[in-house]
Amino acid sequence: MDRTNNSNHDVPFSYVSLPIGPHEDEAPVESRGKWKARPVVFCGLLVLVSLVAFNGYKGSNGNITTLTSNEDLKQKTIPSHKWKPVSRGVSAGVSEKSNRLFTKSNNIGGMLFPWNNTMLAWQRTAFHFQPEENWMNDPNGPLYYKGWYHFFYQYNPNGAFWGDIVWGHAVSRDLIHWIHLPLAMVADEWYDQNGVWTGSATILPNGDIIMLYTGATDALVQVQNLAYPADLSDPLLIDWIKYPKNPVLVPPPEIEVYDFRDPTTAWLTSQGKWRISIGSKMNKTGIALVYDTKDFKTFERIEGILHAVPKTGMWECVDFFPVSTKLDIGLDTSARGDDVKYVMKVSLDDDRHDYYALGTYDENGVDFVPDDTNKDVGTGLRYDYGVFYASKTFYDQSKERRVLWSWIGESDSEDADVAKGWASLMGIPRTIVFDKKTGSNLLQWPVEEVERLRMKRCKFHNEKVMPGSVVLLNIGSASQLDIEAEFNIDKKDIEKIKQTNEEYNCETSGGAANRGALGPFGLLVLADEGLSEYTPIYFYVVKGSNGNLKTSFCSDQSRSSLATDVDKSIFGSTVPVLEGEKLSLRILVDHSIVESFAQGGRTCVTSRVYPTTAIYENAQLFLFNNATEATVTASLNVWHMNSAFINDKQVKLKS
Amino acid sequence: MTMLKPLAFLILIVCTTFVVTECRTIQPNDANLIQQTCKKTPNYALCIQYLNSDPKAPSADVTGLALIMVNVMKNKANIAINKIHQLIGKSPPDQKATLNSCASKYNAIVVADIPSAIEALQKGNPKFAEQGANDAANEANSCENGFSGKSPLTAENNAMHDVSVITSAIVRLLL
Repeated sequence: MDRTNNSNHDVPFSYVSLPIGPHEDEAPVESRGKWKARPVVFCGLLVLVSLVAFNGYKGSNGNITTLTSNEDLKQKTIPSHKWKPVSRGVSAGVSEKSNRLFTKSNNIGGMLFPWNNTMLAWQRTAFHFQPEENWMNDPNGPLYYKGWYHFFYQYNPNGAFWGDIVWGHAVSRDLIHWIHLPLAMVADEWYDQNGVWTGSATILPNGDIIMLYTGATDALVQVQNLAYPADLSDPLLIDWIKYPKNPVLVPPPEIEVYDFRDPTTAWLTSQGKWRISIGSKMNKTGIALVYDTKDFKTFERIEGILHAVPKTGMWECVDFFPVSTKLDIGLDTSARGDDVKYVMKVSLDDDRHDYYALGTYDENGVDFVPDDTNKDVGTGLRYDYGVFYASKTFYDQSKERRVLWSWIGESDSEDADVAKGWASLMGIPRTIVFDKKTGSNLLQWPVEEVERLRMKRCKFHNEKVMPGSVVLLNIGSASQLDIEAEFNIDKKDIEKIKQTNEEYNCETSGGAANRGALGPFGLLVLADEGLSEYTPIYFYVVKGSNGNLKTSFCSDQSRSSLATDVDKSIFGSTVPVLEGEKLSLRILVDHSIVESFAQGGRTCVTSRVYPTTAIYENAQLFLFNNATEATVTASLNVWHMNSAFINDKQVKLKS
Repeated sequence: MTMLKPLAFLILIVCTTFVVTECRTIQPNDANLIQQTCKKTPNYALCIQYLNSDPKAPSADVTGLALIMVNVMKNKANIAINKIHQLIGKSPPDQKATLNSCASKYNAIVVADIPSAIEALQKGNPKFAEQGANDAANEANSCENGFSGKSPLTAENNAMHDVSVITSAIVRLLL
């Protein structure tokens, strides 16, 4: 790759240096001897060469790259004002995290990072769903029918930005290998002239397929429309018919005409009617409206609302479904029973995050009651703590599982999106089940079919990583990986450290450069050998005041790229770790997307990463431990991932 | 008879005053919305200046005010593009590369951010307008930061940034 930029970049990038890279302005490590990071781990069947790192050890046979000592790091504290997004001034109650707005810096960088086509081309993913070009957003109407998984999506056929929205369509046998089909629906009626927006599918017991979707009318009113396949004997469901008497639902009088969108999949009530929900808001209270229907053509507004939470703003992409509290399978959307809990999920327009709550559902009272009112819809748990929005589940009856689709937007500049000609990805579909062990959250996990892309495996067993060390894992090029790892902190280290009242928050922590006694440690993905760019995915453990351990799981983009026009946030959250559990993670690395899962999917973080150097054969994988006290033992399986060749197959109709 | 003239004159004055004051009472509510809206942006004075110079502003709702600002954004972007074209011919080589990058950034503002923002505001999906306005501010920043010496576009970049940030704040009120 073009590395010429490295040699003349004396650009002082404003992040704390973790290992020393090619930065001349920092405290020299000459006193420690010139060190190199060398590949020392052999993959495959060979037993790992155990790397012994003594604190401060450095030698010409330097087996490890040692991190700078604590004293050196202190010198590199970064003024916090350089990291905060620009305040919106008096706009109170707004989350600063909700939108990326870089600080108006005083010429910190000097050099504008020159993106070239090679760097931009690398960003396309190998096995994540994306159209050949242009903009995509919300997943729509996912369903399984006659042996095929169907996926529809919000699409702009005219550019790499939102607008002119129509429904794209693709099919797959396995949720991983996709074939693009012609557009399913375009804006050709007065009732969707200004946008064929998000909707959901309902499969009726007799095999009929109902699609309800939001249209923006010629008068700019948001309405709900009915569509259905033109030919149910066509398993590819290529052609769709819009019900001639659309719209089937218009905004009720107390709702604004632009706060009425994203109808859910329907579920059967005990009266034999179909029930749907549509998100909206009244002032700043997010609400879910309820309608019943027998034929999806005429609807009855049900008095009251399914749920409401003040100060959450507009509820988009409402999803409402049952989960089994006993079995590790998905349930049909109409399921009910004693061993069933309900999940209410919303996408908050205000902060572009997806939230969910577990609770009970009273059909007669039309009421969803969260199990924990402190973790209500929109105020509690999120599906994913990174870039992840407008998600939607469907029941896959062929494998009895509930599958979650999610829209993963870009975190780079529009300039780059226009240059590369596309914007947005879908996350790898995830199964959703109730976490029986904690009883208070869901578990998400990439669908098993993604494992069919696994090729060569590199296995590392009981790799001891001393405090302050970084280990290059010699697995070859690291842009397409599936990683499963387990970490164990030495019990002695846990026992000897003091208890603390520290509350760790990934987002404000300053990332993997800030050392604690028991963290951070984990993996550096999309890292170049010189560590000028890297993305730590890590655990950070705190020993609380009652001796209990509290664990956070984070994805740190602050050093992910030398470019200055990409988002460098740190994402993550706490993750429940039960007695006796090891710390475990899974990471899917696929070029510019990294999806990370902790403790079997209790806490998930998706990020977008845009390196300029750590690309193609220069992308590497490291183990790291930047804790001050804890010695960590890591075992991992790392698979190289094949491409799913998604954009090689298209079906175009002859006009 | 001569009493009538001053009486008529008096009535005329009273009626005129009445009419004029009535006319004035129609304005304050709309002027208030502009002021209230601008108070919630990072740059009240600039916000007032731009909105007050648009005849559509007094009768606009918040969405309308946002659309007015998006139009101001478009004007600022075009001003910057013109300036870049003027400069490129006679600039030293190291500046030329940055100017080209800046041209690309401002082009993205004009072909992507602004159309997206307009459509989003018109169709009631404001978050894409906030995204577009934020991106425009970032593009202007990136352009400004790209000059290793003194930037020849500081005024244009600052204007683009400041207007975009105001627009973003107004759009936030719609979410």
